[in-house]
Amino acid sequence: MIRLEPRTNPSQAMIILTPILAVLATMVVGGILFVTLGKNPFEAIRMIFWDPLLGEHAFYYRGQILVKAAPLIMIALGLSFGFRAGIWNIGAEGQFIMGAVIGGATGLALYPLNSFIVFPLMIVMGALGGFLWAMIPAFLKIRFNANEILVSLMLVYVAFNFLIGMVTGPLRNPDGFNFPESRSFQDFPAAHNPELWAGTGIHLGVLFTLGFVILAYIMITRHIFGFNVRLAGQAPRAAKFAGVSPNKMIAICLGLSGALAGMAGLFEVTGPAGKLTTTFPLGYGFTAIIVAFLGRLHPIGILLAGLLMAVTYVGGDIIQSQLSLPKASIQVFQGMLLFFLLAVDVLVNFRLRISKRNSK
Amino acid sequence: MDISIVSLLATLIVAATPILLAATGELIVEKSGVLNLGVEGMMIIGAICGFIAAVNTDSPLIGFIVAALAGAALSLLFAVLTQYLLANQVASGLALTLFGLGLSALLGHRYSGIRPPSSPKMEWFGMAELPVVGPIFFNHDMMVYFSIFLVLMVWVFLKFTRGGLVLRAVGENHDAAHALGYKVIRIRILAIMFGGACAGMGGAYLSLVRVPQWTEGMTAGAGWIALAIVVFASWKPWRLILGAYLFGGVTILQLNLQANGFDMPVSYLSMAPYLVTIVVLVIMSSDRTRASLNAPASLGKIFHASS
Repeated sequence: MIRLEPRTNPSQAMIILTPILAVLATMVVGGILFVTLGKNPFEAIRMIFWDPLLGEHAFYYRGQILVKAAPLIMIALGLSFGFRAGIWNIGAEGQFIMGAVIGGATGLALYPLNSFIVFPLMIVMGALGGFLWAMIPAFLKIRFNANEILVSLMLVYVAFNFLIGMVTGPLRNPDGFNFPESRSFQDFPAAHNPELWAGTGIHLGVLFTLGFVILAYIMITRHIFGFNVRLAGQAPRAAKFAGVSPNKMIAICLGLSGALAGMAGLFEVTGPAGKLTTTFPLGYGFTAIIVAFLGRLHPIGILLAGLLMAVTYVGGDIIQSQLSLPKASIQVFQGMLLFFLLAVDVLVNFRLRISKRNSK
Repeated sequence: MDISIVSLLATLIVAATPILLAATGELIVEKSGVLNLGVEGMMIIGAICGFIAAVNTDSPLIGFIVAALAGAALSLLFAVLTQYLLANQVASGLALTLFGLGLSALLGHRYSGIRPPSSPKMEWFGMAELPVVGPIFFNHDMMVYFSIFLVLMVWVFLKFTRGGLVLRAVGENHDAAHALGYKVIRIRILAIMFGGACAGMGGAYLSLVRVPQWTEGMTAGAGWIALAIVVFASWKPWRLILGAYLFGGVTILQLNLQANGFDMPVSYLSMAPYLVTIVVLVIMSSDRTRASLNAPASLGKIFHASS
């Protein structure tokens, strides 16, 4: 009989090993899934993990990986602070949408002003949009004790409907054909977030993301705020005695994650997406939750996890087109990854002991 | 504007039933001290599995049974993660939702645009012919009455049976329950599976009766609203009906306003159910002492027997 025995200290080796174990387990079970769908599992796994990085057309896919990884990493970085402190913002998708709408609307309001000030202003407004949207659950939690998980999630649906209302109303392209979409940011150079070097996929958002990774790393390892976050998560009572206000923690963690999600939304809509449409949100806000956990809530881990998840996104596109598998199969794959990660996580704090049943 | 109160009330009940079913299941799960945030995922798996079964067998009843089994099977994943592998319940619940949404889309990608077999109305000895009362209360399919019957059964179980007492003991203080010799983990797994089965049926009600067809992501937050309604009900079974019907009322009212060309863009009206859920949550949680008295004391805490 297998028994779990608590470790006195979390295993450092397992902290690094378990995400790798989870990826391997996902490949195995994912392979079985592809067999049941009637596809060659080795081919499918190769297309998901190998082709985007080193395959024949990888020069194109590599840029796509950065494009997809940047928003995932940026959102996950923000979420990781809250998750560490036990504050569950799972409405990042809504904050992402609001950042895109508010920031995008700011730019569109200034059309066709061609000034260098337009884009920085849009970035600020995008972050502000996400920040304010996240402050709603923060305020309701602090003032009325309302569960932030449910409130932030409900606000995703509100934000999505708001986006639809905007692109079918005030923000609809006045020179368009009545489609529910905004003016394209590509036709408005001052508000466009272009690829900086052709073919690399690097836009301003990618550079910002890298900067935030470094900043978050410093915050969590060197700054008192990072210490307080970890303290609040692991020993809430001790944190209280040490003078860490739980309410302030809620406001900062939700606000920070909201601002980052909103900024990610702004970069996405002005760059890769190109315009506000009803199909613009792709669920990055939800996938970022997986990224945050897979990266162990640590900035460097999140960077790697975001890249890995972006690879599976691009790989998902490849199997979709070449093996004619439905788009959802990659979503199943990503969900499975989170499952396995949570499952093998037990090895960090416990060790397996095999004992004979009668010895009890 | 032409809105008939009678048809409004009748459709309100249909709109509320999926959420009532899911919330009833979640109530039992939370009473056992487990917070399963995967309701949305279990609902949508129930929606597609029930739909596939009903279309292929031409029997809505088999659809609902398969949906319940599928929901319970998916919840078993959550049970293994949280009960045996001691994973964080919030993260595991989210994983269940993300996985369920993906899997349902994969299973269902050949089933959109099909009409399921229609569910027959219950026969109440001609009482459906009664004016006003008939169409509101006696002109529904079996599942509507089943959902109310289920609330009744849950109430009886929790209040009057030994099993209910044990379940509540496990939810209030799992260490004490363990010391008394109750199998905490086994009881919780059974509760989680019951919750999964109920959520599955709720999902199937969406795809087989309420909509009725399959579209990707069709639950659109219904599972999350069910979670909110458990809080609204202060973990008391009868109040689930009130919460679910209140929500159903808001949904139906905004749909009617849309259909009647109320002078407001459709997308803003569609926000109403979610906004009302938030308002309700705020009202129910604002009294901190009462809110914490009602919630099961071990809710969301991990149990690992030391010996």
